[in-house]
Amino acid sequence: MKKFLSGNEAFAEGIRLARPAIISAYPITPQTIVVERLSEMVECGSLRSEFIHVESEHSALSCAMGASAAGVRAFTATSSQGLLYMAECLYYASGGRFPIVMMNANRSTALPWNIYGDQRDSISQLDSGWIQAYAENAQESLDLALMSYYIAEKTSTPFMVNLDGFVLTHTYEEVDIPDEEQADKFLPPYETDNKLDLDDPKNMAFSAGPDYNYIFKFKEHQALLNAKKIIKKAEKDFAEIFGRKYSGLIENYKTEDAEFILITIGSIAGLCRKTVDKLRAEGRKVGVVRLRYLRPFPTAELVGSVKNAKAVGVPEKDISFGNEGTVFTNVNSALFQGKIAIPSYNFIGGLGGKNISHEDIENIFDLIENGAERVNFIGIEVE
Amino acid sequence: MKPYLREKTSFSFAEVPSDTSFEAGYLVSKNAGWRSIRPVIDIEKCVGCMQCYLYCPDGVISIENNKAVIDYDFCKGCGICKKICKINAIEMEAEKK
Amino acid sequence: MSVTANNLCRDEFFYGHKACAGCGGSLAVRNALKVLGKNAVAVLPAGCMSAVGFNFPQLCFANNAIISTFAGTASMLTGIEAGFRARGIKDFTAVGFAGDGGTADIGIQALSGAIDRNDNILYICYDNEAYMNTGIQKSGLTPFGAKTTTTPAGKNIHGNIRPKKNMFEIAAAHNIPYAATATVGYMTDFLNKVEKASKIKGTKYIHVIAPCPTGWGIPVSDTVEISREIVDCGLWYLAEYENGEFTLDHDPKEFTSVSDHLKKQGRFRHLTDEDIQIIIQSRDAKWEKIRRDWRK
Repeated sequence: MKKFLSGNEAFAEGIRLARPAIISAYPITPQTIVVERLSEMVECGSLRSEFIHVESEHSALSCAMGASAAGVRAFTATSSQGLLYMAECLYYASGGRFPIVMMNANRSTALPWNIYGDQRDSISQLDSGWIQAYAENAQESLDLALMSYYIAEKTSTPFMVNLDGFVLTHTYEEVDIPDEEQADKFLPPYETDNKLDLDDPKNMAFSAGPDYNYIFKFKEHQALLNAKKIIKKAEKDFAEIFGRKYSGLIENYKTEDAEFILITIGSIAGLCRKTVDKLRAEGRKVGVVRLRYLRPFPTAELVGSVKNAKAVGVPEKDISFGNEGTVFTNVNSALFQGKIAIPSYNFIGGLGGKNISHEDIENIFDLIENGAERVNFIGIEVE
Repeated sequence: MKPYLREKTSFSFAEVPSDTSFEAGYLVSKNAGWRSIRPVIDIEKCVGCMQCYLYCPDGVISIENNKAVIDYDFCKGCGICKKICKINAIEMEAEKK
Repeated sequence: MSVTANNLCRDEFFYGHKACAGCGGSLAVRNALKVLGKNAVAVLPAGCMSAVGFNFPQLCFANNAIISTFAGTASMLTGIEAGFRARGIKDFTAVGFAGDGGTADIGIQALSGAIDRNDNILYICYDNEAYMNTGIQKSGLTPFGAKTTTTPAGKNIHGNIRPKKNMFEIAAAHNIPYAATATVGYMTDFLNKVEKASKIKGTKYIHVIAPCPTGWGIPVSDTVEISREIVDCGLWYLAEYENGEFTLDHDPKEFTSVSDHLKKQGRFRHLTDEDIQIIIQSRDAKWEKIRRDWRK
């Protein structure tokens, strides 16, 4: 069935099809629409979940962990300050190997206060042990909502799906909504041994001293690396059932013969592709790589896409103060691992929702072709 | 039903669970070494009133044949049982080193 | 039938733990679980009881038990209770055991939320009146005058300068279905309250005084005695809140000496006669209100 939906609404449709038993969430702009739609679905009976009105984001994820430890599928959603407020629970959920799914509406973090989109909230939590995906459009948001449970549950790893605040969460597009039978075929009910069980009692979320702690952490790391394979399998199964194909950890656009490539995440990729089309028409060999996942990081895939390029640029809505953009750091690590010794440039922009224009992207292509500072700030001219 | 000591006390890399979930009540070590004094029950005096059993923080006192019995593997020697015993049927004795 | 030592379940659910000798908190947890039985699903936040009970591979709960985040006792209980219900499981009790800091300070938001939703959980606060697990720092439930490592007793300030928060009445102010106070010194009173709470639907809160010999500066053998005295001298009271009414369960005809009670404890040894007078006056003011307003 086709419907005109915003990113938030499309995501809510995906969650409806995933049938979590428990939804615990606390409102924060621009996440609110997804929990409002889910509440409506629970009210009208199209979703048989219990919606728990928790008193904070910390409680939202703590409650979801309780539900997951009780052996059921759980969902929460947040954004920005809320994500930071629940940060303790992010590490707890991954360490406990609870396959919870969370939607994060990417938004700037205070101070100064700002409700608009950048990606500093989720990128600050890259080390928390969650799989992190970044959707580009409403259809992908819905599909990721379904696929995230498949991947989370097969890797016993929590999954954060990021949607650019407003630009994606509040923008309407035509979305194909799968029917429930198809969704059930793709995503069977959740089964786990990682649960409290009256017939087989467990002690859970325990301490582990120096003799064992590192083993738990190593296994957690292995599970995230293993997610690369599971993601491929999920997309293969998804394509067979729903007919929509995804390209794994990254999505290449005209990179095959490209000399100059932009590497980016989220909804800005569309703008980059349009710019590539324009520049290609002018005879320039340019391309775009969209990182669909930041964790696990697509090192090998990225290396494969940029190995013949002359230079790359990383525009991102994030900065690690005192260093550079974190996506850029990760990209450089991949280049180094792939022994690709080409110039790479970072373009920090879009912080606090500042618009990034077609001209900005064109300018970035000019800069990486002609050489620039290592780290550049879009739209800032220091006198 | 009670947590109890297991034979297997250490785990290899492969045996360590991948999640933080494990069999409930799995004990690998005793607490006996904590004691400097130990409670000793005078079986003649003990009337099985169960007060020592009720107030033991470690749950190491059980009542068998109407008499208190102490599990010295897990008794920490706090002496609450001696204090609670109204008929002075419990004495604290020094642990032999 | 009321709970007695004789009819208490003989199973031990909390056993082999590494709590200090004479620990009041472990006594409260041990016996409450004996009342609730094998289908108790326990949540314990970071704190003494989780530190001493769950160090892989030494796992000291025979029943299902899980550590929550420090602030997350009540919210994790909510999730577990809802999750079990979603699985169609009916015969279980979701029970939390949190200390005074985990309850009255860092966990009060989640506890308030759970009571507000009237989630079907039992929350037991074992109150040893300071952050004992981290080395005796002041909490919101540290009483007036007590010396802790963050409220040292010096010439100018004689320990903690603020009175205890009244968590029992804070819980009651939510119009909670059931709340009660208890002490490990009067064990059957505590256990009967646990039993009663386990049969009530909605949120239940029990606040049990559970001395820490290390933090209170008492011999390890005196835990039970001191937690009887605290009631006998009127610095604590045994009460319940149900159907919108407070009930006093035990009205001592005469209080025993507050001064003797305090002087036995290292944490109060520095108190002057004036300090003790302040404590007695505050006790008397509270009892005047209790005797006037609460049912007996």
